[in-house]
Amino acid sequence: MKFSILVNEGPYQHQASDSAYQFAKAALESGHEVQRVFFYHDGVNNGTNLTTPPQDDRHIQKRWSEMAESNKVDLVLCVAACQRRGIVDEGERDRNKKDATNVADGFRISGLGQLIEAAIESDRLVTFGD
Amino acid sequence: MEEEYAGGVEKKFIYINRRAPHGTVYALESLETVLIGAAFDQDVSMLFIDDGVYQLKKDQSTDSIEFKNFSKAFRALEMYDVEKLFVEAESLQERGLSEDDLLVDVELVKRGEVKDLIDQQDVVLSF
Repeated sequence: MKFSILVNEGPYQHQASDSAYQFAKAALESGHEVQRVFFYHDGVNNGTNLTTPPQDDRHIQKRWSEMAESNKVDLVLCVAACQRRGIVDEGERDRNKKDATNVADGFRISGLGQLIEAAIESDRLVTFGD
Repeated sequence: MEEEYAGGVEKKFIYINRRAPHGTVYALESLETVLIGAAFDQDVSMLFIDDGVYQLKKDQSTDSIEFKNFSKAFRALEMYDVEKLFVEAESLQERGLSEDDLLVDVELVKRGEVKDLIDQQDVVLSF
């Protein structure tokens, strides 16, 4: 089955992104496809490469980046949510005249249309959040 | 920035709005998703339930909280071919509201019918 996933909450504050990751991992291990993970609202904070969690804690961003690399999962951060929260790639840096970028490997910034498209093209869209 | 979707697939989408218009960002972001999603020519419904019914309340004023008053955008949904607006009757009644308090025409559904409405959909987005 082809899944897409919507993550609506930020890392460490809420279990949604942990559960989404565990779900995606289990789906991939069971031979399913995870087409896309779309990060919305505070969920875009999953995609910053500036986090340094304590060593005995899970590294949420790194887990996602590794999943993207080894399984070709498309990790998409909502552009409007990123702009409000300071998640910046090179395009956004130049467009909005910022002096830094912080989008982690495997993530990309795009629009809400990517969420709708994923819902249309996948067999199931699974939402994680309140 | 979105291109028109040329996939030719039409699914039944329902957006379930459960929260008050302000206090959290979800109501505004749900509306954003509906408006962007309209370019994809899908079969779209919206359901307002629990505190979500307040999103459709007439005469909202957000000046004092310095938030955008996006409630007027619900009136524009028709232009985006989003015409199926469902409101759970009990959620309205429990909050002392009636259809006359709402800024758009809606279809009331009973609590017991909500499950059937959701069952009919292909995609459920809950905010």
